[in-house]
Amino acid sequence: MRHFLDFEKPIAELEGKIEELRRTTDAGGIDVAEEVGRLRDKAQSLLKSTYAKLTPWQKAQVARHPDRPHATDYINGLIEDFLPLAGDRAFADDAAVIGGMGRFRGRAVMVLGTERGNDTESRVKHNFGMARPEGYRKAKRLMELAGRFGLPILSFVDTAGAFPGIEAEARGQAEAIARSIEAGLEAPVPFIATIIGEGGSGGAIALAAADRVVMLEHAIYSVISPEGCASILWRDAAQASTAAEALKLTADDLRKLNLVDAVLPEPLGGAHRDAEATIAALGDRIADLLEPLVELDGATLRARRREKFLEMGRSGVI
Amino acid sequence: MNWISDWALPKISGLFKREVPENLWHKCPACEQMIFRRDLEAALHVCPHCGHHMRISAVRRLECTLDPGFSRIELPRAPADPLRFRDQRRYTERLKEAQAKSAMDDAVAVAHGTIEGQRAVVAAMEFAFMGGSMGAGVGEAIVTAAKLAVLQDAPLIVFTASGGARMQEGAISLMQMPRTVIATRLVKEAGLPFIVVMCDPTTGGVTASFAMLGDIHIAEPGALIGFAGARVIEQTVREKLPEGFQRAEYLLEHGILDLVVKRSEMRATLARVIGLLRVPLVEAATAPAAEVPALPAPEEPTEQPAQA
Ligand SMILES: [Zn+2]
Repeated sequence: MRHFLDFEKPIAELEGKIEELRRTTDAGGIDVAEEVGRLRDKAQSLLKSTYAKLTPWQKAQVARHPDRPHATDYINGLIEDFLPLAGDRAFADDAAVIGGMGRFRGRAVMVLGTERGNDTESRVKHNFGMARPEGYRKAKRLMELAGRFGLPILSFVDTAGAFPGIEAEARGQAEAIARSIEAGLEAPVPFIATIIGEGGSGGAIALAAADRVVMLEHAIYSVISPEGCASILWRDAAQASTAAEALKLTADDLRKLNLVDAVLPEPLGGAHRDAEATIAALGDRIADLLEPLVELDGATLRARRREKFLEMGRSGVI
Repeated sequence: MNWISDWALPKISGLFKREVPENLWHKCPACEQMIFRRDLEAALHVCPHCGHHMRISAVRRLECTLDPGFSRIELPRAPADPLRFRDQRRYTERLKEAQAKSAMDDAVAVAHGTIEGQRAVVAAMEFAFMGGSMGAGVGEAIVTAAKLAVLQDAPLIVFTASGGARMQEGAISLMQMPRTVIATRLVKEAGLPFIVVMCDPTTGGVTASFAMLGDIHIAEPGALIGFAGARVIEQTVREKLPEGFQRAEYLLEHGILDLVVKRSEMRATLARVIGLLRVPLVEAATAPAAEVPALPAPEEPTEQPAQA
């Protein structure tokens, strides 16, 4: 059963009709097949027109779509011989951050991701993708390990942000994020980050201080959630749509501001309508971006990465 | 400018007011006792009754940290309002208002000078400037301060006071986190100390970037320091927050700070830290000969019975 978003209701109705007709196909004849074809064209063109002009708030909903491929799906689809690694060596293993080694198109790489889970049980296990300090310390440890052995780092970011909890604060959430950002900036190996869904604030940049940052077409990347921003600046969480507009959090906006390096188009109707194609396309894009980077030595990579981030916000006005 | 309303009216209305205007006395927000403003000023805005450390301006911070004669530096300007952001008000309006109120371009003041004779670069955040929030201007100031420290071969001291990221700059404000982290690397790679003094409040993106990467972490007593806001945490975990949660003393206990230092002792403490990190060997104090009684001339060795 496909999950439809609020603004997709007209599409949902058409697709529902198609399903119904198809179920009665056995009884019907050529007329039904024709009708199904006609409805399918209509649904497709409606999908096209809807997705051609998604508002930032609608994009935020697509970015958080429950059926959207998650970090685990990208790892399963792109990384062979994946060996998960665990723990921060101090306190715990945080399943909100998954990581490990494997081969990307033959090359040994270090992989990191924030995983939200896709059913109640796994969502609880991964804490809905909201990491605690242990998660960021694991990320830092794995980035340093990658650096020592020359493994390029690939990260898949999809998180509402760092977990706001009592223990998380007591164990130094802020310090853990800062160190993870630092580890990314310092890594003497190529580092490619992809914002696959929601890039939520400090919890996202902790895994995305990379040489190349790719954003999926309908992903969002923001300093604060639209809801959070609305409740602070508009004193009304219901203004999330207005806040999403103002925050300039879409892939297009971030590309225009030169804060990300590439935008990967998604299949019509979003990544979840064809996860396999999305994952394959991202693989190709990562391979293209990685190729020139593996030629560079650690010092050059680090220097260029610094230069890139130091330039951010210095110029560029929307 | 209407001089009647701006200048004359306050003066006139002052004539009819009671003779204890609010500007002579200040009420401590913690213990609610009244403090004579001149005493408060002399005590560096620390309540003489309960020790509460009130927020002070960035400029005042520079004055009470550096030796007289320090120089404030001009900071590069970041593009104003890159997103053309507007909530209930325009960001440009909020900026202009903050600039007029604080006489600063953005929420950081940077100066170089000496602390008890030792060279230092000091950056101080201004909470009154849009909650000390970090946008490109603040990021630029921290990077500039770091470069200045390297240029002058001086330690960098940052006094933080910030509610976090500046939402009106969207993802640009988020990118100030890696930017300011790079700034800390520049200082450290030059072999210079990076000292952070966390003041009330230090939260959000500022805490989760340069503020937590100091060689030495100091905080003022009672300062609120953390990543997430207390309200968000309460709503998420649906638990009552522990006593003293996210206060300087709590962080000290949890191993996140080196020291909690009273404002009156901050300058001397910073001087000690810099001295120990930067002056590895101090010649043993050699006082003028006249003032030191000469050691008695060694006596002729005499036969001494071996001790039993
Ligand atoms: Zn008091």
